Amino acid sequence: MSYSDKVIDHYNNPRNVGSMDKSSNDVGTGLVGAPECGDVMKLQIKVNRETNVIEDAKFKTFGCGSAIASSSLATEWVKGKTVDEALAIKNMDIVKELSLPPVKIHCSVLAEDAIRAAIGDWKKKQGVHTPVAAEAK
Amino acid sequence: MSTDVKTPQVNTQPHTSDPKGVKLPIYMDNHATTPMDPRVLEEMLPYFMEKFGNAASRNHSFGWVAEEGVETARERIAKLVGATTKEIIFTSGATESDNLAIKGVAEMYREKGNHIITAVTEHKAVLDTCKRLEKYGYRVTYLPVQKDGLIDLDDLKRAMDDKTILVTIMFANNEIGVLQPVAEIGKLCHERGVIFHTDATQAVGKVPVDVIKQNIDLASISGHKMYGPKGVGALYVRRKNPRVQISAIIDGGGHERGMRSGTLNVPGIVGLGKACAIAHEEMPQESCRLAGLRNRLRDRIMNRLDEAYINGSTEHRLPGNLNISFAYVEGESLLMGINDIAVSSGSACTSATLEPSYVLKALGTGDDLAHSSIRFGIGRFNTEPEVDYVADRVIETVERLRELSPLYEMAKEGINLKDVKWAGE
Repeated sequence: MSYSDKVIDHYNNPRNVGSMDKSSNDVGTGLVGAPECGDVMKLQIKVNRETNVIEDAKFKTFGCGSAIASSSLATEWVKGKTVDEALAIKNMDIVKELSLPPVKIHCSVLAEDAIRAAIGDWKKKQGVHTPVAAEAK
Repeated sequence: MSTDVKTPQVNTQPHTSDPKGVKLPIYMDNHATTPMDPRVLEEMLPYFMEKFGNAASRNHSFGWVAEEGVETARERIAKLVGATTKEIIFTSGATESDNLAIKGVAEMYREKGNHIITAVTEHKAVLDTCKRLEKYGYRVTYLPVQKDGLIDLDDLKRAMDDKTILVTIMFANNEIGVLQPVAEIGKLCHERGVIFHTDATQAVGKVPVDVIKQNIDLASISGHKMYGPKGVGALYVRRKNPRVQISAIIDGGGHERGMRSGTLNVPGIVGLGKACAIAHEEMPQESCRLAGLRNRLRDRIMNRLDEAYINGSTEHRLPGNLNISFAYVEGESLLMGINDIAVSSGSACTSATLEPSYVLKALGTGDDLAHSSIRFGIGRFNTEPEVDYVADRVIETVERLRELSPLYEMAKEGINLKDVKWAGE
């Protein structure tokens, strides 16, 4: 098994590592995966209430190099997008961008779940009922 | 034979030198395989072109010369484990030896009974062989292990019944290096007329193995785990007190006294013999040196990192083995960060099955810590500067990945990770 250059780049220089105040109303937090499964991703977004644009994104990931790269890429991609645009990101886009092998597709699925969970959390805070957070399971 | 934890290849070019003068990459995965000792290669070389004869050719000097090489090797192996030459059968490696021992006894003693006892932490060569026998109507008891990786002798006693024909328990574990109480196991077996096989792949040449003192009836031996060549191994088969008989699983020309047909791998056998001779000579000093290096690596890492846990007994253990779980860090990502060092992980991401190490799980290590484990296998050609380099790289990479880990952050916030309702569960 070998890693693509892009995975190695994200692993060596992960983008947007960190945490935001999860109690803030503008921040949505997605925490997906489980330690027993070997992957946990925390992805946070900060959304402009006027424009629905994701102004900032942060992540922390426990997982293999592909999981770290998938979540790092996810934060790069959601930044500057509206919430609806971010919801359109599909795991296969991540697979393609990072050239993930079949055994690592679950990493991209988890990253998509993390985006949805973060947006779901943010929407809940805005008082919007949405099933996306539940779907993230 | 292959081990169950695999190292992924990283396609980045590792650094080539370090300020300390350590040559990179560093090989520290000596339970997977060992580099061949140059003295072994030297001994083997004439047997490829000059002394190429078939050891079974009885009518000319080419055959005699090859046979002489084989018999010298047989003596050397026998000497290392306290056996006689007629008790050594050559095979293609320890996987075949395990198959031959277990299936060979199962078939030979079918009239006597159909019950086999093994342990959950055995190598797949033993476990999968036992599973196959279950399909053929044998009953197999898989003994649990204690927290330190050792079986409980009382469990073994309780598991034995009048249908038990074979107990197969490994000498040293390939992942955590723990040494089972083989002499006591063998004694219990002999008291009850049960045959005792041990997969001694990781032990022979590393720690004293004495088939008489340790009451062993069958022992699997591998060449490439002890600085010999790949593709060659041996099975010790006891000839008296008790005399053990096994059915062959490979039929043919009746080589190896009918127990293993097939033209002998003369260069490989010569190499295995030389490897045993070197081990016999150097084991006392080498095991002290390796234990010293292992302890140095362990102390350096454990002194600088919190929440690092050693897996398996620290007392009953191979001198060159260290297996540590680094909480909150996933094993494969750690391997990726130390890509100029060859070690292995029990992480699911490094295995074909997507399951973390079954050996670590059997110790009661949670799946999370099994995913976080690294196996270091220190061997003959590792040096102290290498150990220091490895310790430094591991520490800095674990620290970096913990900064990236949501679990570490949560733990530092005082959240008990066991209480969290995980979405992925």
